[in-house]
Amino acid sequence: MISVQHISKSYRQGKGQVKALDNISFEVLKGELFGLIGPDGAGKTSLFRILTTLLLADQGIATVDDADVVKEYRHIRQRVGYMPGRFSLYQDLSVEENLQFFATIFNTTVAENYEQIKEIYVQLEPFKKRLAGKLSGGMKQKLALCCALVHRPDVLFLDEPTTGVDAVSRIEFWDILKRLKADGITVLVSTPYMEEAAKCDRVALVQGGKILSTGTPDELLKGFGQKIYAAKAASMLALLEALKQNALVKDAYPFGEYHHVILKEDRLDDLVHSLGMPDLEIMETSPDIEDCFISLMSH
Amino acid sequence: MRKLKFLLQKEFRQIFRNRSILRIIFVMPVIQLLVLPLAADYEVRDIHVAVVDHDHSAWSQKLVNKIDASGYFQVLQYGNSFERAMAQIENDRADLILEIPAGFEKTVIKEDKASLFMAVNAINGVKANLGAAYLQQIIRDFNGERRAEWIVYPRFDPEKIITVTSSNWYNPNMNYKFFMVPGILVILVTMVGSFLAAMNIVKEKEIGTIEQINVTPIKKYQFILGKLIPFWVLGMLVLSIGLLIARLAYHIQPAGGLLPVFVFSAIYLLAILGLGLLVSTFTSSQQQAILLSFFLMMIFILLGGLYTSIESMPEWARWLTKFNPVSYFIEVMRLVVLKGSGLKDIGPHLLIMSVFAVVLNSWAVISYRKRH
Repeated sequence: MISVQHISKSYRQGKGQVKALDNISFEVLKGELFGLIGPDGAGKTSLFRILTTLLLADQGIATVDDADVVKEYRHIRQRVGYMPGRFSLYQDLSVEENLQFFATIFNTTVAENYEQIKEIYVQLEPFKKRLAGKLSGGMKQKLALCCALVHRPDVLFLDEPTTGVDAVSRIEFWDILKRLKADGITVLVSTPYMEEAAKCDRVALVQGGKILSTGTPDELLKGFGQKIYAAKAASMLALLEALKQNALVKDAYPFGEYHHVILKEDRLDDLVHSLGMPDLEIMETSPDIEDCFISLMSH
Repeated sequence: MRKLKFLLQKEFRQIFRNRSILRIIFVMPVIQLLVLPLAADYEVRDIHVAVVDHDHSAWSQKLVNKIDASGYFQVLQYGNSFERAMAQIENDRADLILEIPAGFEKTVIKEDKASLFMAVNAINGVKANLGAAYLQQIIRDFNGERRAEWIVYPRFDPEKIITVTSSNWYNPNMNYKFFMVPGILVILVTMVGSFLAAMNIVKEKEIGTIEQINVTPIKKYQFILGKLIPFWVLGMLVLSIGLLIARLAYHIQPAGGLLPVFVFSAIYLLAILGLGLLVSTFTSSQQQAILLSFFLMMIFILLGGLYTSIESMPEWARWLTKFNPVSYFIEVMRLVVLKGSGLKDIGPHLLIMSVFAVVLNSWAVISYRKRH
């Protein structure tokens, strides 16, 4: 459905060049919920802009819905829905007017595709006369999604839809995406939140314009292949320092209320002994996507 | 067509929802047209003169009275110290010093000639120039009168008297309002056309809505027409309101009828909207757009012939005015409003403005890249 092959893009910055995308390739299958996971500045937005025909790549070929993003951009513009990372609807038009506007420019009407957006729109309906600029953050995102869906696109591009949205709305948003997937829409979504990776069918971990790894969340976790320990002590800062300086430790980093520790060899007893902290609490834990990301990044 | 209709509907909705812009569009022209022509006066009055009279004769008295009575001058100081008079100029209270030398009357009678000294404060160039010219005129008159009194045998009058009487065609009373009001109207229409259109398009860039629009099947021409038409309509509306005010407040009616004014304005607005569009393609924030438009407007107004006559500009500046759409509009307005020119008479102007419209709009459309 989406195919990206060897796409590169650089921006000029002063006299130098900044590589935003460096030879990126991946495929998204029809009806898949595909996540691009990576920190800010990883190149996610540039990739979205290339795929939605807003930006031309320096190198490489990309197709969306079997149409080339350069030659057949007209077809793509008919068939995709795009929700940019920044709220970009008309703030001085009401909810209803925004929706109508985007339906009309796609040559359709809200009534015709009401089924498609119904589930999301019912939550917005009480505020339909309100100006879009006056909506809460979560509501804005829902409206933007409605506007991106109102023409029944085959492919949906969502650039960081959950950034800056509260935890409850984020969960709701992912539920909506699951339902869209069930309707057969291919969804490409980007997010800087590692924990959201688990909600995608497949993910690509992106960093510095490169794809570090692609696969289902489970595959990525299996591919981690190292034992990981969670450590805790009264003074977390002192513990982290001690861990980092310890010769047995390969990597240690803060992770929630614990520090995650990866050992060079599986000699946990020796580590506990060498640290010599009476209040140390350490146990084996299962890795998550963030661990995968950190380990991939350090290679 | 349905899409374009909807784009227009959206655009008007946004414009009418933005109360402050609406106020600027409709209230500003009214106030400007009512207030500015009263303030922007070409006539120089109340020129302050400091008279230094070393003569204190009947003649010098008469001369000073004549100057005072002319209505253009106010005798600020009358004394016999040049230093004190100069101090008035230094404090920017006096515009002119007239020094009457000692024995002025005597010298004139005896030697048939005498000199007066005039010092002009040239900080305000226009006032200084006109003031000096008025004063010379008054002194010349005074000279003539004195001679007439003295010469007993008129046939031996050594001074040839040639008087020039002039009649001011098209504006018989030299009412400067007839001159200013159409010009101010031109500037208002230009501002609505270029400022507002440029800001509106840049706003879409700034807020990011243009990204969203670009991912839709909307075509470039639809988007641009959707932007140009509303501001064209607004421009024509402002023009109509302005003409109404000119008629009600100043009794100015285009002598050549309304048709030439509207036909020319219709084309002019197209050109100026193209300019606004061009500004918007070169800027990425409303702030930049405003600054750039402001800079352009300054040039357009100063080189537009509203305040200074184009004919008296240096050669290179006259060439520049040929590329200034505002100067054509001001000229056409004056031709039609004052001289009563019809469509046929402003034909060349119409043609040039059409060229402006085509060039500016094509340039703008080419540089407005939907695909970056």
